[in-house]
Amino acid sequence: MGVIEAHELRRTYRTSTGTFRRKSLDVEAVRGVTFAVESGELFGLLGPNGAGKTTTIKMLITLLIPTSGTARVLGHDVVKDAREVRRRIGYVFGGDRGLYDRLSGLDNLRYFAELYAVPPREMRRRIGELLDLVGLAGRENERVEGYSRGMRQRLHIARGLLHDPPVVFLDEPTIGVDPVGARELRATIAQLVEAGKTVLLTTHYMFEADQLCNRIAVISQGEIVAEGTPADLKANVSEGGVVEIEVFGIDEPAVQRLRAIEGVRSVGVEPREQAQVLVVQTDGRELTHALLVPLDGAQVGRVSVREPTLEDAYVALVRES
Amino acid sequence: MKQLMRSALFVFTSLIEPLIMATIAFYTAKAGGKPEALFYMAIGAGVMGIWSSTLFGSGGVISWQRWEGTLELLVASPPPLLVIVVPLTIATATIGIYSLSATLLWGWLLFDIPFHLAHPLLFVIALPAGVISMGLLGLLIAATFVLYREANALSNMLEFPIALVTGLLFTTALLPDWTHPIGWVLAPTWAVNAIRESALGGSPGMAIVLCLVLGAAYVVLASWFLRVLEVKAREKATLSLA
Repeated sequence: MGVIEAHELRRTYRTSTGTFRRKSLDVEAVRGVTFAVESGELFGLLGPNGAGKTTTIKMLITLLIPTSGTARVLGHDVVKDAREVRRRIGYVFGGDRGLYDRLSGLDNLRYFAELYAVPPREMRRRIGELLDLVGLAGRENERVEGYSRGMRQRLHIARGLLHDPPVVFLDEPTIGVDPVGARELRATIAQLVEAGKTVLLTTHYMFEADQLCNRIAVISQGEIVAEGTPADLKANVSEGGVVEIEVFGIDEPAVQRLRAIEGVRSVGVEPREQAQVLVVQTDGRELTHALLVPLDGAQVGRVSVREPTLEDAYVALVRES
Repeated sequence: MKQLMRSALFVFTSLIEPLIMATIAFYTAKAGGKPEALFYMAIGAGVMGIWSSTLFGSGGVISWQRWEGTLELLVASPPPLLVIVVPLTIATATIGIYSLSATLLWGWLLFDIPFHLAHPLLFVIALPAGVISMGLLGLLIAATFVLYREANALSNMLEFPIALVTGLLFTTALLPDWTHPIGWVLAPTWAVNAIRESALGGSPGMAIVLCLVLGAAYVVLASWFLRVLEVKAREKATLSLA
């Protein structure tokens, strides 16, 4: 039995427009997601913005009721046994919000420790340990409104761990954090798994998932499009190749012509200052010359061929979905 | 409480509004040629301050948590939401005690209104009973804010109508009969009666008991509301602003 189990989870949001003639629209954010996370595992839910990662995590931590499907955490149903689930989990959302800005970091931690019934004797020791873990020792008496984003994020992590939960949900914990701060946060996350916790991490940073996760599920448009270890996902594209072509002023018909070439798996266009870079994933055939033919008339710059990375695998999966 | 007291807007409202209300009340009483009613009106203005503080604080407490992004954290924590929200609403009502003190002090300093309590012991019981019952009415109002993101607009609308039907500003005998039952189920009616009768002389016992009974009824209703509305909010995804 998995520590976290999601079975055919679905979630639809109803939005409405108009003032007098209101029209309602159903948006399917999560469309039948199924996965299981084993004990002590760091499982990554990887996907672009709007893919359904946060909605999935909010259903698992009891903040949203699924439209259909079931989910269990440590054997407790997230709808029927919400309180049992809440006692056993910690969760951390990315971003600036979710803290009492006018209170000190220490007051924030004390308040949430009381909510989670951490015994008063243990509270001081626990808060001290967590401040050390997240590198905020010595800054705990300052008001949160003066904290940097990285410090806030680390305080969020400390808050989520106050009651020493066996299962931790991290929703894009490094979003908006500078590279050094993000690296420190990743080190903290790795320590959680070393301490035996089961972690579900959502991110849209490929390298973060690659570096931290034992297994990854790629989610796109509310559906899981691939699942496996980082090595499994890389293997999906390892037989192929990637050609990067720098062009100036390419139009959509030309991109369509590239996609139509036999052996081309996907074509992405990435803007780079005044140029664009075409990232063409192939099935391994030598297509460099064939790819240049439809670009006749466009100014072509540097052309390079390289091995596919995990990011290429991710991009291909998201584009195909 | 600490978070609220660091809100400049909240402190300003709690500090200034009672003094404005008190001044209006004193001049109204003087203009009416009833100087003996000054202390009566001063207490009404002070309780009005408690009511404003409760309404603004309790109404705002859920909205503020939603804006700060902490409402989701509170809902997803193990205790029932009632246990989390009750101290918040009682705290805002307690801050309102300042309003009463400031009003009476203002009256004594500027308008020579003597501060004499007819039943000091009963006053000490009536004041917390009144404050708690109003705080618990705030809890009932706060419960609706869990589901409705725009409900804080309601708190502005409720301030004066409730002050009128509960007799905070003038006696309810001047109002149409149909308004009286509305006042009877609202805590400020009995809170102001209990405080006035203990201060001016009378029998505040029944009003104190009714404050406590109504407070208990509000807790039962709010508990049910919070449970139902929390589930609805999780269905409708209204716990966060996003």
